[in-house]
Amino acid sequence: MAFNSADIAAFKNVWVFCEQRQGVMMPTTFELISEGRKLANELGVELCGILLGDNVDGIAAELGEYGADKVYVYNSPLLKNYTTDAYTKVIVEAVEEIKPEVLLFGASNIGRDLAPRCAARLHTGLCADCTHLDIDMPNYKGFLKEASTLPEERIDKLGTVMINREPHPVDRDLKMTRPAFGGHLMASIICPRFRPAMATVRPGVMKRRLCKKDVEILHPEFNLTAADIQTEVTEVVKAAKKLVDLIGADFIVSVGRGISKDVEGGIKLAEELAEVLGGVVGSSRACVDAGWITADHQVGQTGKTVHPKVYVALGISGAIQHKAGMQDSECIIAVNKNETAPIFEVADYGIVGDLFKVVPELIESIKAAKAAK
Amino acid sequence: MDFHLTKEQQLVRKMYREFAENEVKPLAAEIDEEERFPTETVEKMAKLGMFGIYFPKQYGGAGGDVLSYAMCVEELAKVCGTTAVIVSAHTSLCCAPIFEDGTEEQKMSCLPDLLSGKKLGAFGLTEPNAGTDASGQQTTAVLEGDHYVLNGSKCFITNGNVADTFVVFAMTDKTKGNHGISAFIVEKDFPGFSQGKHEKKMGIRGSSTCDLIFEDCIVPKENLLGKEGQGFKIAMQTLDGGRIGIASQALGIGEGAVEEAIKYTKERVQFKKRLSQFQNTQFQLADMHTRMQAAQFLVYSAAMKKQNHEKYSMDAAMAKLFAAEAASDVTRRAVQLFGGYGYTREYPVERMMRDAKITEIYEGTSEVQRMVIASNLGVK
Amino acid sequence: MKILVTVKQVPDTSGKVAVNPDGTLDRASMQTIINPDDMNAVEAALALKDELGCKVVAFTMGPPPAEGMLRELMAMGVDEGVLITAREFGGSDTYATSQIIAAGIDTYGVEDDDIILAGRQAIDGDTAQVGPQIAEKLHLPQVTYAGEIKKEGNTLTVKRMLEDGYMTVKVKTPCMITCIKELNQPRYLSVGGAFEAYSKPLVTMTYETLKDHPLIDKSTIGLQGSPTNILTSFTPPQKGAGMMLPGADKETTDQLAGILAAKHII
Repeated sequence: MAFNSADIAAFKNVWVFCEQRQGVMMPTTFELISEGRKLANELGVELCGILLGDNVDGIAAELGEYGADKVYVYNSPLLKNYTTDAYTKVIVEAVEEIKPEVLLFGASNIGRDLAPRCAARLHTGLCADCTHLDIDMPNYKGFLKEASTLPEERIDKLGTVMINREPHPVDRDLKMTRPAFGGHLMASIICPRFRPAMATVRPGVMKRRLCKKDVEILHPEFNLTAADIQTEVTEVVKAAKKLVDLIGADFIVSVGRGISKDVEGGIKLAEELAEVLGGVVGSSRACVDAGWITADHQVGQTGKTVHPKVYVALGISGAIQHKAGMQDSECIIAVNKNETAPIFEVADYGIVGDLFKVVPELIESIKAAKAAK
Repeated sequence: MDFHLTKEQQLVRKMYREFAENEVKPLAAEIDEEERFPTETVEKMAKLGMFGIYFPKQYGGAGGDVLSYAMCVEELAKVCGTTAVIVSAHTSLCCAPIFEDGTEEQKMSCLPDLLSGKKLGAFGLTEPNAGTDASGQQTTAVLEGDHYVLNGSKCFITNGNVADTFVVFAMTDKTKGNHGISAFIVEKDFPGFSQGKHEKKMGIRGSSTCDLIFEDCIVPKENLLGKEGQGFKIAMQTLDGGRIGIASQALGIGEGAVEEAIKYTKERVQFKKRLSQFQNTQFQLADMHTRMQAAQFLVYSAAMKKQNHEKYSMDAAMAKLFAAEAASDVTRRAVQLFGGYGYTREYPVERMMRDAKITEIYEGTSEVQRMVIASNLGVK
Repeated sequence: MKILVTVKQVPDTSGKVAVNPDGTLDRASMQTIINPDDMNAVEAALALKDELGCKVVAFTMGPPPAEGMLRELMAMGVDEGVLITAREFGGSDTYATSQIIAAGIDTYGVEDDDIILAGRQAIDGDTAQVGPQIAEKLHLPQVTYAGEIKKEGNTLTVKRMLEDGYMTVKVKTPCMITCIKELNQPRYLSVGGAFEAYSKPLVTMTYETLKDHPLIDKSTIGLQGSPTNILTSFTPPQKGAGMMLPGADKETTDQLAGILAAKHII
């Protein structure tokens, strides 16, 4: 029988696309496996990884540490480097064959290339760059009560949506929550009429949780020939310069437009402070746009979303797009000349002053405080 | 008069604004401080057609209109008075007289390079002893066979050190007074032509201002603009058009100061209140904005009359008089609202105040504008 | 050879964003702009036009005022615009949108040496899905996140950016490339371009134009044809105010370091 994405009852289990590059698992995969475990438990189904590559069995077992029940592994020299055509074909055919009800991808540059292509071929819905996922309604309502400004009575009433003028209960639908309009709005998306419900999930948002399972490695048959692939990858280059690992950093010292009067000096101060704290330097979009610092430093809506232990904002006014990328940091320290700067609204500790004067003293104070410990 | 912009005018205005904000504003303080001509900005403006806005495409112009030109100078002046006057002097004082009074041959040979911005233009009328009294020209031009020989000097020439093509005035017949003045198109490589040193000014310090020196300068006969003796008329017509450019510059400077003052007074806190919460601030800004809005109506009205080939001499004079005095007043008040910070070079309003002053002086002082207006009213 | 560029008019989320009491966006009160990544796609198309002299056609789906955006692109140098607009197309999610735009592009005609360029993603939804999904519906190869594009004959060599580097991908025309801001610096429209823009050709495609195309079916377009639905939308709460430290001298920084140490943060 032909594949029918609208035959909802035929679909079962939660799948996670396990992205690897050059045989190394991307860290986001473990975050997604942990999140997938939660969803599978709520649905009472199995959690499966789908892993594509060339000789990648060795990294499949590790997925059991985070709660995968099964991993479907597809090995082929044609899958060594990522290509849209090969990966789409293998995943779509696997989905058509095995029929998972949920399919998650990391919202990486590869996940966001692959997932839309798969969704379009499967004729199902896809929600991009999710920051929160739920199945269970009480959990979802609890999340809304914490993370939204919606009135409680409206949240309590949630339960059905009108689909083609018929009420549809959303209890078993994946509720995919994501920011929109530059983080000004959040939306929860569902895919009620088709399966699998697909989502790409923002890297660094979901928490890894160890959950040991005896993982079963499976090697389903598949068809893939060179003729299926219309593009040719001639080289894969790791950036020569070490890219800033903002997502994994515990301490981030970010600079903004406030360094304009001495850009080099400002960045140097931020580097010094970051070194004392054991962290890295980030920046606002303004500095990247002005060409003062490279784009891999950028925090915010169009940059990276970070939640370090400490985020120090130097001369950053706190445009809403920037706040969207850092406001979940555990502790935010802001230094800004302008006492009305919006950054102070999200700061745990604020100092109104010239960063060129404050930062050198802060470096000394922190050195002294560390030495005293 | 309908001040609703056409769709095309709305498009160009949006571009001017973005260009001014992204390309011009970041350099404004630096070129003022260093008295540096912004060659890099000129190259960018040339690519976008900003040196030939209202001239026909057949001569290499952008095919736009006079109001689109006025708005260009206005938007540039909001962030940088210097950059605005480069466009204004080039367009109104050099391209316009060649376009309006030149022969077809002169237009075809000069305009494509000027309108594309490949060459910059300037205008040489003022002399050390012939300022407001332009009829007192002492530079002479004598016809010798197939060329004129020019002797004398010009001063305070905007774009002087950077221009390639000059519209220059000289006496061909001293006995005839005003009617003895003729206009010439002079290229900077003509033998006997040289440029003097950069004039140090109070404002618009990035713009090039210098003397032009003619020592037995050979100008081919075919470079006579108009006929012999028509020079004074050409100069006066040209200045009518130029006043729209300077009025637009003044308008932009004043509007820029109002924008800066609004932004600052909303941020600055004294006595635990934002400055914008004090009624004095509110009244000041209301007056400032009203003056600039009135100036805008006068400027746009003059520009549209010129576009429609109506008589606009008095309109241009009124626009320049009002806009220049409004700009000086508004920038001075802006500095006052900024207080001590306004007097420093940390903020742009002190530069705007210096830049505004020249608009009351060049291309006809405010007093000259009053003379033009009164004479148009028949008050003698 | 021609280059087709897909563009979108979006609310400017960099300024003040107004939200209605029911949690939806107050679009009426917001400025619209051309989606920034789409500008990079347009610039890439115009740069290829400067080099090869090919025609550039901009496609958009949106309400009739989106014509203004197409005219702006024409003022930059785009030769022709296609506006896909119909009530039936409203409420489309990315799947349905891709279906409609693909039908529009296919109706316009894609030849063997054509290139389709799109922005990576639009700032209103940030989905990055429509480019790849159009390519899927047109059965064309795609390369996303293009940081550099070179053309030799019918082969494009694209530097496809990854988080930790890049891969070089070769692809033959016709194909879809999605562009990122690192690719180029979009040009300004020119004065001459502005005064020509409104005399350039603009094609409007309505439901009537596209209804017989195989991709267009009531079950695949508009709100009805969208696989995803919005369950709820909401604004996140503001974080509570923190502590402003007095002064800005050594005493202040000592106080801060003391707090951080006491809380075992450092």
